[in-house]
Amino acid sequence: MYINKLNTHIIPFKFEYHAPKSVEEAVELLSRYGEEASILAGGTDLLVKMKQRVIEPKHIIDIKRIKDLTGIREEEDGIHIGAATKLRTLERSKLIEEKLPVLHEAVITMGSVQIRNMATIGGNLCNASPSADAATPLLALNAEAKIVGSEGERIIPLEEFFIGPGKTALKPDEMLAEVISPYLPENAGTSFMKIGWTDFDIATVNLAVILKLEGEVVDECRIALGGCAPTPIRVHKAEEFLRGKKLTDEVLEEAANIVSGHVRPRARWRRAPPEYRRAVSRALTIDALTIARKRIEGLEVNRGED
Amino acid sequence: MRIRFKLNGREVEAEVEPNTLLLNLLREQFHLTGAKYGCGIGECGACTVLLDGEPILSCLTLAVEVDGREVTTIEGLAGDGELHPLQRAFLEEGAVQCGFCTPGMILTAKALLEENPNPSEDEIREYLKGNLCRCTGYVNIVKAVKKAAEEMAG
Ligand SMILES: Cc1cc2nc3c(=O)[nH]c(=O)nc-3n(C[C@H](O)[C@H](O)[C@H](O)COP(=O)(O)OP(=O)(O)OC[C@H]3O[C@@H](n4cnc5c(N)ncnc54)[C@H](O)[C@@H]3O)c2cc1C
Ligand code: FES
Ligand code: FES
Repeated sequence: MYINKLNTHIIPFKFEYHAPKSVEEAVELLSRYGEEASILAGGTDLLVKMKQRVIEPKHIIDIKRIKDLTGIREEEDGIHIGAATKLRTLERSKLIEEKLPVLHEAVITMGSVQIRNMATIGGNLCNASPSADAATPLLALNAEAKIVGSEGERIIPLEEFFIGPGKTALKPDEMLAEVISPYLPENAGTSFMKIGWTDFDIATVNLAVILKLEGEVVDECRIALGGCAPTPIRVHKAEEFLRGKKLTDEVLEEAANIVSGHVRPRARWRRAPPEYRRAVSRALTIDALTIARKRIEGLEVNRGED
Repeated sequence: MRIRFKLNGREVEAEVEPNTLLLNLLREQFHLTGAKYGCGIGECGACTVLLDGEPILSCLTLAVEVDGREVTTIEGLAGDGELHPLQRAFLEEGAVQCGFCTPGMILTAKALLEENPNPSEDEIREYLKGNLCRCTGYVNIVKAVKKAAEEMAG
C-alpha cells in the first residue's frame, strides 16, 4: 500500500471558495481566474492532491450545486450523463445497468460506498488518470464529451479528450458539462475487467470490451485499455484484426498479443513494471472477450469464478 | 464563512475558513470526536459520517460544502440514553477492540441496513470494504451487523 508521508490532516493553504448555481456563472468564474482556479466536484482526487500540495489553487469552484450538471437522460442519440453525477447514482440507475452494462460493471468496482457517494463521473474523466475506471468503458462505447466555456459549447469524441496523464483537451476557461454515450449495438456482449492494488483501488490495468457477432464471426469488436499508456486508449489494431474472424483460441491469443503490444512504458510507473502490465493486459483481453461472448450466448458468467 | 446545517438533528451555525475540513470542524468546534482521522486520503473510512443519510468521508469534504444539509455523526445515533441496535450488537458480539474504526463502521452499516435490511455476509463485507479495522479481523463485525439486522427486523 502507498505509505502516506505527508500531513493530510488539513489543507495547508488558503483559497477562495465559490459555489456557482449555474453553468454560466461557473464559466464566468473560470474565465476570470483561469489557471488559478480548480473545479471541485466530489473532491476525492482534488482534495487529496491539495493536501499533498501537488496543486495549490487560489480559487475553488464547487460545481455540486449546479442542478443542470447532474442527472441521467435518455435521448435519441444516446444516454446523457451530467458531469457532476455521482458514481453512486450511476450504480443505482436501472437505465445505466440495462443500457450501458459495461459502464455499470466498471462503476461498481470503483472505490468504496463512501467514495462513490462523493465521486463524480466528470471528476473521474477530468482527473485523466491513465487508468481511470470510467474512462475505458466510455471509450469503448464511443462516448463524447460535451464541453462548455466562454466561447460556447463544443462536443468532442472522448478519444480526443484525454491528452496525457492528468491532461485533457479542456482549456482553462472550459469545463466538462456532460458525457454522451451512444447505445450499444443490438445483441452486443460486453465486459469490463480490472486489476488493482486492493479491492477498492483504482485499476493498475483495466480493459473494456464490446463484442458483436454475426453467427460465429466477429461483426464488430471494440477494445479499450487503461493503465498501459499515457492515456486510456482504444486498441484499434486489435479491433480490426478481430473483424470477420471466429473467436478460436489462436485468434484470442493473437488479439491479446496485439493489445499487450500497446503497453507504452512510462518513467513514473509506480504501481507495476511494464512486463506486469503486458501480462495483465494479455490475460484481461482473453478473459474479457470470452466473457463478452458467453454473455451473448446468454450465459451469465460469474466473474468471481473465472 | 458562516454556514448553517443540521447536526445530529439540531440546527447549528459555525464560522469556518474555506479550507476547513468537515472532520476538523466536527472534532474541534463541535467537540464531536467520534469521527476519526486515520489516513486523510480516503482509504480507511475512520472519518465516515452521514451526509443527508449517505456515508461520506469527512476528511475529504470541505466544511462549507455541508451548508444547508444534514450531518449525522456516531454521537447522534443513540436516542435518549438508548443505544442503537447496531451499537448494542457491536458490544455484544465483541466487534469493538480499540474502537478507532467503530464509529465509521457503525454509520456505514446503518446506511447498509436502511438500503438492504437483510444483507448476506458477502453484501456486508462488500459494503463495509472502505472501512478498515486493524484489530478485529472483521468476523465479529460481520456477525454484529447480522445480529442488528435481525433485531431491527423484529
Ligand atoms: C480511496 C479511493 C479509491 C478510489 N478508487 C478509484 C477506482 O476504483 N477507480 C477510479 O477510477 N478512481 C478511483 N479513485 C479516484 C477518484 O475517486 C475518481 O477519479 C473520482 O471519480 C473523481 O471524481 P471527483 O468528483 O471526486 O473529482 P474531483 O476530485 O472533484 O476532481 C478531479 C479533477 O477533475 C476536475 N474536474 C472535476 N469535475 C470537472 C468538470 N465537470 N469539468 C472540468 N474539470 C473537472 C477537478 O478540477 C480535478 O482536477 C479513488 C479515490 C480514492 C480516494
Ligand atoms: S481519514 Fe478519511 S478515509 Fe481515512
Ligand atoms: S477495533 Fe481497532 S481498528 Fe477496528
